[in-house]
Amino acid sequence: MITVEGLSKTYGGFTAVDDVSFVCKPGTVTGFLGPNGAGKTTTMRIMAGLTAPSKGHTTVGGHRYAEIPNPGLHVGVLLDASAQHGGRTGREVLTIGAKTMGLPQSRVDEMLEMVSLSPAESRRRVRNYSLGMRQRLGIAHALLGDPSILILDEPANGLDPAGIHWMRGLLRDYANRGGTVLLSSHLLHEVEVIADEMILIGNGRIVAQGTKADLLQTAGTFVKAVEADMLARALRESGIEAAPSGDAGLRTDAEPVQVGKVAAAAGVTLIELRPADGAGLEEMFLQLTADTQREGVVA
Amino acid sequence: MTAVIEERASLDLSQTPKVPLARLVRVELRKMADTRAGMWLLIAIALITAAIVTIFSFAAPESEHTFLNFMGVTATPQGLLLPVLGILLITSEWSQRTALVTFTLTPVRGHVLTAKVIAALLFGFAAILIATAIAALATLAGGAPDAWQGIDLDDFAKFSLLQTIGVLQGLAFGLVLLNSAGAIVAFLLLPTVFNILAGFWSAMSEARPWVDLAYAQEPLFMDQNLGSDEWLHLASGFAIWVLLPFVVGTIRVLRREVK
Repeated sequence: MITVEGLSKTYGGFTAVDDVSFVCKPGTVTGFLGPNGAGKTTTMRIMAGLTAPSKGHTTVGGHRYAEIPNPGLHVGVLLDASAQHGGRTGREVLTIGAKTMGLPQSRVDEMLEMVSLSPAESRRRVRNYSLGMRQRLGIAHALLGDPSILILDEPANGLDPAGIHWMRGLLRDYANRGGTVLLSSHLLHEVEVIADEMILIGNGRIVAQGTKADLLQTAGTFVKAVEADMLARALRESGIEAAPSGDAGLRTDAEPVQVGKVAAAAGVTLIELRPADGAGLEEMFLQLTADTQREGVVA
Repeated sequence: MTAVIEERASLDLSQTPKVPLARLVRVELRKMADTRAGMWLLIAIALITAAIVTIFSFAAPESEHTFLNFMGVTATPQGLLLPVLGILLITSEWSQRTALVTFTLTPVRGHVLTAKVIAALLFGFAAILIATAIAALATLAGGAPDAWQGIDLDDFAKFSLLQTIGVLQGLAFGLVLLNSAGAIVAFLLLPTVFNILAGFWSAMSEARPWVDLAYAQEPLFMDQNLGSDEWLHLASGFAIWVLLPFVVGTIRVLRREVK
């Protein structure tokens, strides 16, 4: 369980995180989604006690992070896979982690095997690793202490498609066994497939959060008619706002059933009428973040 | 992988002991030796110590081949390299950004700094032991007839004090600058700057014993006793160039955002 309450972080006049609150529950994967610079990393750094918040607080497993003794055994953190000494071997990086946590060397071998870093690769220096290999090493490091909570910042960044697939399986399995996972991404698709809960953040503010199903439901209706102009007029007259979408279709916030009734009353021939989630969260993600990304507009 | 992670909202920490300081010290010792740069620095300290003693034994007249003289010549190279070791022990965490992982695994940052100070001092003592051993070997191999005379516990104490101050100064400079190159250059240039200043500024040449740590340390190199004035000079230089940067740097590291 991770809780974030009224969290804000300002740097001089710039607000990086603005009154952010959310909860990550055991047994779920929470996707933390937002464009670059939205405040995801700052929020996660505050969780791990690396940055002091300006307002609000976070707890991990009911405790302030700094109060957790030997935190590596409880919370796995990967904030930046590139933040490793380039002159150490991958195995040495894990060994230092294991020694700090008081774990046996055998745990290092187990983790290397789990993330599919071969013995030869593990003896290479990290400066010679690809970003994907660094991510695997970072995930191995986060899992070393067999924690029940994972905080991962952009873990899929740099992984190849097979690697992303592997990571999804790993995190899904981890959550199914009762673990709490918070992972961030600036790519919707990465999160959409795996997350149970999603938090969308833009310009430091949460713009939407909820289960994936909830977020899809709010996405409205997509409708397409042979007489497109007639339908648009009929909807307008019934007080339903509709915007052009896709190939001669319309999108509206109204329920499909309302749109269908208006179309029937107007004698319009519908060829498509469905919840707008076909457009995916992508459209919504862009829409939600575009508002807050524009200069001078504050949500 | 283990079977089932217990599902609960709150972590039970009662079974988790704190990480003992001795373990953190061992990790810091390891971190100094597990990179090429760190390993070579350690090797260089040992090799240069051996080399300077060898050079001295060829260059100096045999009457000067005493144990204390052999010890004495190791003071300068070690006095340059041990502070660099202290600097790197701190700054590599920032230049390589490993501070992110280090402080995530040990969120009480003071524990990490304490472990680093202890590790640096242990390296310093090891260097002194090496210097002593090499000086003893050189004395056995080609010492003057009275080579072992006049050895006093005081001499070891002064030598150890000198190198301990050096290690601590390195740590302090590393803490306050958090940048390897900057800290090393600042450390190496400092005595030269004082030399130049004292050369053309009479006020500085008067104040020098109080503000120039290297100047105040000179009696520690020589076979002379420190009077109360010399001790005060040393304390003053130590306060300015070790204590002050150490305290300022520590406060900064404890509060600073780790990126």
